[in-house]
Amino acid sequence: METRLAYTPISGERSHRKTDLAAFESSYKAEITSIHRLTDHENLYRIQIVDQPERERFDFMPGQFLMLELPGIGEAPFSISSSPSRKGDVELCIRKAGSLTNFMAKLERGTYVGIRGPFGAGFPMEKMYGQNVLLIAGGLGLAALRSPISYVQENRNRFNSVDIIYGAKVPSQLLFTYQYDMWRADDIRLSIIVEKAEASWTGKTGLITKALEDIFAISREEFFQDTYAIVCGPPVMFKFVCNMLRQRDVPMQKMFVSLERRMHCGMGKCCRCNVGSTYTCLSGPVFDYWTVMNLKEAI
Amino acid sequence: MIFRIIKKEELEKLFELLASGSRVIGPVETGHDRNSDPIYEFSEVSNFSEIRLDHTMTKLPAKKYFLPYKEDLAAFHMKGRDWDKSVDYHCDSPSVFFGLHACDINAFNRLDKVLLGSSYPMPYYAAKRKNMFIVGVDCVPGPYCFCRSMGADTALQGFDLFVTDLGKTYFIEILSDTAFNFLKRIKTSEPVEADHVRYMDIVSKKNMKFEAHVDTTDLTKILDMEFQSDIWKYWGDKCLACGTCANVCPTCYCYSVEETVSLDLQSAKKTRQLYSCNIIDFAEVSGGHNFRPERQTRLKYRYYHKHRGFVEAYEDSLCVGCGRCGEACLADITVPKVISSVRGGAV
Repeated sequence: METRLAYTPISGERSHRKTDLAAFESSYKAEITSIHRLTDHENLYRIQIVDQPERERFDFMPGQFLMLELPGIGEAPFSISSSPSRKGDVELCIRKAGSLTNFMAKLERGTYVGIRGPFGAGFPMEKMYGQNVLLIAGGLGLAALRSPISYVQENRNRFNSVDIIYGAKVPSQLLFTYQYDMWRADDIRLSIIVEKAEASWTGKTGLITKALEDIFAISREEFFQDTYAIVCGPPVMFKFVCNMLRQRDVPMQKMFVSLERRMHCGMGKCCRCNVGSTYTCLSGPVFDYWTVMNLKEAI
Repeated sequence: MIFRIIKKEELEKLFELLASGSRVIGPVETGHDRNSDPIYEFSEVSNFSEIRLDHTMTKLPAKKYFLPYKEDLAAFHMKGRDWDKSVDYHCDSPSVFFGLHACDINAFNRLDKVLLGSSYPMPYYAAKRKNMFIVGVDCVPGPYCFCRSMGADTALQGFDLFVTDLGKTYFIEILSDTAFNFLKRIKTSEPVEADHVRYMDIVSKKNMKFEAHVDTTDLTKILDMEFQSDIWKYWGDKCLACGTCANVCPTCYCYSVEETVSLDLQSAKKTRQLYSCNIIDFAEVSGGHNFRPERQTRLKYRYYHKHRGFVEAYEDSLCVGCGRCGEACLADITVPKVISSVRGGAV
């Protein structure tokens, strides 16, 4: 007969399976292989998982995010800005906004960082085959949409007409300017609008809703029934843009938003990202508009 | 379930058996409050006489032993631009929890759903949870207790054995084979009909002593309907946003993670610290946007998470009705008062 309580050890084997205990604090070691300055505030970091088999296994969907860890500095969630076909050789577009991202901006190539993920739900790209796609980004929202844009480029013949509507405060804050011609070359219509023009600006001026109205004006009524919309931007933008899309009868299940929230774990534990009765990190960050309507305080 | 009867002095023998191989945590009296009422705390004990099985409610839950307020998640050893990461779940031996009330046991059961049952189970919690031997004990409801309203006044699972004082003897409910084997080493007897009658009598008397109640009928729908109600402003204006309620809650698990570097820059630590959704920066993102800037939105969120969101996700409320938050609240905000005002549309 046993005389003392038995100790049950918990396996510490490294694992990335969602159901394994060891997945919780398991990270990939990754190297910053290039840093590309996009604007005064944003850099594009190319980050490569060091171990090649691990890199090949790092499968993600456009719209998913990862937790980037700088040991001793902190950890924060970032949308992946690169194509899923590049697996664990990801690009992250990061604005200098807090202590972690400001530290990040001072790093050099060759620094090792930690990556956990990928986390959350992405955009259902395969459902959009044969349909029109409207990608609507405000400001840094383009960082989250660059992954679905790359996906569309790589599978361009699977989609019908594709529009990118992108708004920024001023022309100098426009992101990924070097890619605009490539997008156009792939038969993607691009309309860019800035709130405040600078001297050399020759494009549209106004809010993103104005650029959207221009698209509406030249589109047939039936166009919107067969359209998927992907929206990402600052909190204030969602309501206006989504309402406009609703008025044009874009089906609610075909409208997707990518929400930003504070996150400390990415795994449905810390509760910092809760909206309504769900977690942005598990059920989101990509939600369809019907779900958003049913969640309190989502947009 | 298997039941046994033991004489009162046998419980101490059981304690000695359990304590001989493991650390024991139980409710002890640590002082008196301003009304001269005893203050109870969960603490490590070495003698059976220290344990107060008649304790009413501990000020703090036993949370610090299984979900510590601060815990290191990982350690880093820095090597120039490179580093090594090591992870420790901080549990190397089993612990005995001697004298938990049904509400505190149910708090485990509900926490298990999110921390163990869903995707990404939390190993730091699991390691401690899987190495617990829990002795439950019956109680007399205090003025703040509303566990019966929350379906947490009896524990049906999540313990090894549960002790009910029948006066001259203890009535024991046995849930695990480990507990069954331990009981073989003390004197027990089969309960007779008179014991069952006595047990039922004690339970029904206990049920009549509840002073605080919460009507949970259709509560998830009502909370949804009253989302824009002015009542939240009333409670939000009273709330001090201090986070005490989360601190004393046996089921609050929200947290923050931060990393720190050692002075010689040779090592770093990643630390999890329990947080509270009432604290101002709970939902503030980098760049300064706060998704819940007003106190009322944060207080409301707390109620929604406990009484609506968790119910939707796990078919159980995240509140066990222990009443600690109401007792500890400096602004005198209690769950029964808030819920009743939301239901009634007025304070």
